[in-house]
Formats: sequence, structure tokens, C-alpha cells
Amino acid sequence: MPASYEEVYAAMTVQELPGAGASHRSTPPPAWRPRTDAAALLPDPEPYRVLGTAAADKLDAELMRRYYAELVRGRRYNAQATALTRQGRLAVYPSTVGQEACEIAAALVLEDRDWLFPSYRDTLAAVARGLDPVQALTLLRGDWHTGYDPREHRIAPLSTPLATQLPHAVGLAHAARLRGDDVVALAMVGDGGTSEGDFHEALNFAAVWQAPVIFLVQNNGFAISVPLAKQTAAPTLAHKAVGYGMPGRLVDGNDIAAMHEVLTEAVERARAGGGPTLIEAVTYRIEAHTNADDATRYRTDSEVEAWKAHDPVELLERELTSRGLLDAEGIQVAKDAAETMAAALRDAMNAEPVLDPMDLFAHVYAEQTGRLREQAELLRAELEAENE
Amino acid sequence: MTTVAVQPGTKPATMAQALGRAMRDAMAEDPTVHVMGEDVGTLGGVFRITDGLAKEFGEDRCTDTPLAEAGILGAAVGMAMYGLRPVVEMQFDAFAYPAFEQLISHVAKMRNRTRGAMPLPITIRVPYGGGIGGVEHHSDSSEAYYVATPGLTVVTPATVEDAYGLLRASIASDDPVVFLEPKRLYWSKAQWSPDAPAEVPGIGKALVRRSGTSATLITYGPSLPVCMEAAEAAREEGWDLEVVDLRSLVPFDEETVVASVRRTGRAVVVHEAGGFGGPGAEIAARIAERCFHHLEAPVLRVTGFDIPYPPPMLEKHHLPGVDRILDTVGRLQWEN
Ligand SMILES: Cc1ncc(C[n+]2csc(CCOP(=O)(O)OP(=O)(O)O)c2C)c(N)n1
Ligand SMILES: [Mg+2]
Repeated sequence: MPASYEEVYAAMTVQELPGAGASHRSTPPPAWRPRTDAAALLPDPEPYRVLGTAAADKLDAELMRRYYAELVRGRRYNAQATALTRQGRLAVYPSTVGQEACEIAAALVLEDRDWLFPSYRDTLAAVARGLDPVQALTLLRGDWHTGYDPREHRIAPLSTPLATQLPHAVGLAHAARLRGDDVVALAMVGDGGTSEGDFHEALNFAAVWQAPVIFLVQNNGFAISVPLAKQTAAPTLAHKAVGYGMPGRLVDGNDIAAMHEVLTEAVERARAGGGPTLIEAVTYRIEAHTNADDATRYRTDSEVEAWKAHDPVELLERELTSRGLLDAEGIQVAKDAAETMAAALRDAMNAEPVLDPMDLFAHVYAEQTGRLREQAELLRAELEAENE
Repeated sequence: MTTVAVQPGTKPATMAQALGRAMRDAMAEDPTVHVMGEDVGTLGGVFRITDGLAKEFGEDRCTDTPLAEAGILGAAVGMAMYGLRPVVEMQFDAFAYPAFEQLISHVAKMRNRTRGAMPLPITIRVPYGGGIGGVEHHSDSSEAYYVATPGLTVVTPATVEDAYGLLRASIASDDPVVFLEPKRLYWSKAQWSPDAPAEVPGIGKALVRRSGTSATLITYGPSLPVCMEAAEAAREEGWDLEVVDLRSLVPFDEETVVASVRRTGRAVVVHEAGGFGGPGAEIAARIAERCFHHLEAPVLRVTGFDIPYPPPMLEKHHLPGVDRILDTVGRLQWEN
């Protein structure tokens, strides 16, 4: 057996060249060599944790208190949105109970000028970024599709076709770099979404272009009823990064301090020109897929209970109270603020939205076609006849 | 909707149950039939159409796949090449789009490019259409894309009997069939016997669901019950409407349609898909070509508007309803 690629090539590359009459042995092609050191891209073997470990000694108390307030608010937002489905005020709600740490950290690590590319589940991330909850929930209430101006908020439309927003995030981040702006894009996707072709194509483009983009996969265990084991045979989803030539990070998605650290590091690297990162946040969807789903058909209560014991809000609360960084009063203040938000959301959603059926024709093209004008007239006449 | 005479042994069944039963019976009869898709196994599908199949036939026969429509259909092509008869489920109309490369470049063309040597007996089930209050991407009427692709058979049932009979015929077909399921009729009921399902005419045969003399409503899938209701309501206006249910868009049963329109002299095509380039455009053109001398009025269409499917709170304005159908019938030049 030849010992090296050089020897392999030396042994097999013998060419007779015409002319000069001389026999010529060509230079062997350069030996194959990996372009990137795979070891440097590999994720940790265990999800990275901060809370409950020695790393928590260095917590930024101010930042963590802010995160605590956001987590409490996020939990309350989830409860309120689910309640609104029961009152018929939302057509459907995919809850992020149990995933609040991912949603909130994703929003808070970004600068104002950065972009967020949420999936259909991630209304909480949009709200944590400062979007009015009513605007975030417009899609799910059903009065329009996207309830906000994406450019104004640097939040792309919530993407229901899974993983299709990921190439958009790459393109936007690439464009920002081409234009000399230090803007990063953070794109969110579920574990199921990583099976789609668009996920793979987005990661490849991002790595080839060294685009300033962060892919945050929330591995919440399920794609509706399908467990991760039927979705992938990879050691972890974070390992997929290596195949594209970007670092993969595995992190405890219920540990908001760890989420903050890992996301911040990826954002900083991207902003500094260091290229994309794939982050797998290991978390769990505590509630059913949506209010319309029956999760008892595919998972056990004991699994849910085990994850409830690793709750993102409680993890941080325990850490902060045991260190004397949060007291009963601080907890109450956070709860009161969350109640105020919930009451405002309830009131706003209980008001009937003002709908104009003519909007159906207003935005299909920059300039309305004759055909659409005709159809709009038909509807207008029907509505007028109804009102007579 | 259609009144079905109560047969002994029949009980109320939903379209969803009939579809599930069709797959079950096909799987029991033919070991090469495999069902696959997102959530079709343990959960029984988000609409529960495949409920019980994984339990009865095992996960190799009814498989929860990774979440990737191009992969699902591409793998089905390979399975069919090796002699299996895949029945794949696309979870919703708009989530079939990632599979279009496989559908258009391979599924539709394989028989032709191999001079008939390698037909692909694949059934692609697609819940389609609106009226269920679904948010964005859950209510598309995507039939125009399919009918515009030569090589695809495009079938859509509107009754419980047809749901069973046409799905069985689709699975038995040696050609690829896009089987469009009107999701808002999933829970519609009729008297039906799962153990002795009624025979129905095969793919490519339209049916006159209601005979009439004044004008013909030509429709399919989710719009059939609306047309039947419109035909009832039209009696008050003095119109006796005939209703033709196409059942399959490709092949299109021109003879049944032409015979009906030649009898009534007036025609309205009704579907949820947009009018421009929708199936109704082709149907109206064929009627004009073949019934010109029998027509008392131009062929009219009642379709969804040429817009992206509306949000739930506005969809009622978009969907062809009884009033819009009757208004349109009223414009068929009765004064002459
Ligand atoms: C392209 C596409 N296929 C199918 C669906 C239907 N669907 C909606 S959510 C979902 C599961 C998503 O799972 P995952 O990516 O893990 O996200 P999660 O719901 O857990 O947040 C599926 C199959 C879709 N929205 N888009
Ligand atoms: Mg998931």
C-alpha cells in the first residue's frame, strides 16, 4: 500500500507527450488535502450549558434580569395566544411554551440593523424584538398574511413553507456584505425543516459565500408527530455544519445564558467577516404542535413531564434567586409586566379587525391589471347589493 | 349534497373514511402498494386519512418520511422503478411545490422518455382548495399547474363513493395520478358501505349529477356541492340547471360535457382556482369549438379571483358561492 497520496499519484501518472521525442513523466497533481480542518468545526459532544454550572459565576446580572423579565413575558404571551384560539380570536396558534429561551435570545442578540428570518412558529421571537404582538399574530388571526412591514422591523415574513426562508436570509446577508454594511441575518428553523432541500442549499451558499448569517435550529424533538430519529441519522443536527464547512454548535436551548453566549459569539463572528454558523438548540415543544393537534397520539406524558422539569423560565429563576440576583419583588415585577402585556393583547384581539375586501386586489401587482380591476368591480357591486 | 338512496348495509361515512378505506383495501390486495409522507404513520396524517394503516400493515408499508417533499416524490420514483406502487401524501396543496421538479421532470415524463418501457404507477394525494379557514399556504387550488403538465392524470372526487372508487382506480393506474382531495369535503357524509363499496365509473368519465334543461353547470371537487345548492335555488328563478361533475380533469370527458351543453344551450364553468389559465378556460374553449351552433349565450365562468389565496377572514369573498353562480346564470342572455 502506498503511504501517501503523493505516492499514489506518482505511481499512476505516467504520460507520453508528443514532440521533442523524449519520454516525459509529468509532475503529479497536488495531493488531495482537506480544505478545512474538520475538527475545528465539530460541535461539542454535549449541549453547551451555563446555568447550574461553574460558568454561571460570570453571569451578567443586569442582562440576566432582563432575560428573566422577557422569559416571564414570553411564557405569558404563549398562554394568552393559546387562550385566544379557544375564544375563536386566532385561527390557530403554534405554541413555543418550553422554547422561550431560544425565541428570546434569538431576538435579543441582534442589533437593530440586523435581520430576523422567523419560521411560522416564531411569533414570540418577533415580539421579543419589539414587534407589536397584534401585528405578529395577524397571520394567525387571519385578517391578513403578514401584519407588519418587514423592512421597518427587519423581520422577514413568518415563513410557513418550511426552510424556504433560509436561502432568503443568506441572500440578504450576502447583499448587505456586498453593499459594505455590517448587517447579519439570523434565520430560524425547526428540526423537521432541516430535512428540506432548501436547508441544505442555504447552508452551502452561506458557507461558499461566507455570508454573515446564523442558522438557529430549534430541535424541539418533533416535526408535528415525527420524532427526530425518523428525520435524521446524523449524530446531531449541529454536525451537519461540518459538511458545508461552517462551525456547528450544540447548545441547551432551555438555558438562556448558554443561548445568549453561543448566539452572541456566532453573531460577532459573522459581523467580523468570519462567515456563517449552524446552531442546534436542544429544547422541547411542551404543548401540542398547534391547538388543533392531539399530541397524545405520538408521545408519552412522562416525556413531557421530564422536560417540564428542565423549564427555561425556572432554570434562570433558580440560578438568579440562589445567587441573590433576583428576589420575590423582582419576580413580582416581571409577572405584573407580563400581565399588563397579556391584558393589552387580549383587549386588542377582542376588537373586531377592520377588513376591506378590496384589499384582495390592491397588492397583487404594483399596477393593477385590467382583469383585476374587473374582478374588484364585481365584488364591489356584490357587496353594495348586499348592503342595500 | 347529492341524495343517495339508502341501501341496506350502508351507514353514514365521511369522505375521509372512504379515502382511508381505499388505501387500506388496495394495500390488502396488492403488497406492492406503499403509503408514505409526512405524519402518515403514527399520527395517521394531519387529516387522519391514513389512520390505522401503519398499525395494520407496519411502518414499511405506511411510512413517516423525513420532512422533504422532493425527497418523498423522488424516492417514490425509484420505488416505482423497482416495481412498487407508491401512494404519497403531500400534507397540503402549497407544500407539494418543493416536489415539482420531481413531478414535472420525472414523474410526468418517464413513460414518454422511455418509449413506454418504464411507466410510473405513483399516486400523489394532495388535499386542495379553501373554505376551511386555513392560514396562508393551506388553501391553494393548484390544479392548473397539474393539468398543464402532460403525462399527469388529474383526478378529483366530490362524493364519498367517488373518493373510494376513484382513489382505488388511481392506485391501480399504471400512470402517475395527481389525486386532488377537496379538503373541505373531508367531513362530508353519505350513506356508503365500506364492505361493499358501490362501483363507480372510472377515471376519465364525467357524471351528470343533476339533470336539467335550462343551462349546464360544469364543475368538480369542492365546487360540486355549491353547484348543487345553486341548482336547487335556481328553481325559484325558473331555471332548471343541469350539473356535470368532471371527476377527472385529465383526461377531460369532453363527450359528456358537449352532449349536455348541446342539450341545454348554455354553460357556466365553476371552480375555486383562478380563472386566468384555470381549467375553466380550456373547458370553455372546447365548448365554444364544439357546441358553437347550439349555444344561446357565451360560455361564462365563476372562479376564484386571480389573486393569491386570501386570508381566512376574507376567503368568503373569493370562493364561488351560490349567489355568484346565480348572478352568472342570470347573465346567460335569457331575454333572447
Ligand atoms: C414545505 C412544507 N412542508 C410541510 C409543511 C407542513 N408542516 C407544518 S409544520 C410541520 C412540522 C415542522 O416541524 P419542525 O421543522 O420541527 O418545526 P416545529 O413545528 O417543531 O417548530 C409540517 C410538516 C410545511 N409547513 N411546509
Ligand atoms: Mg420540531
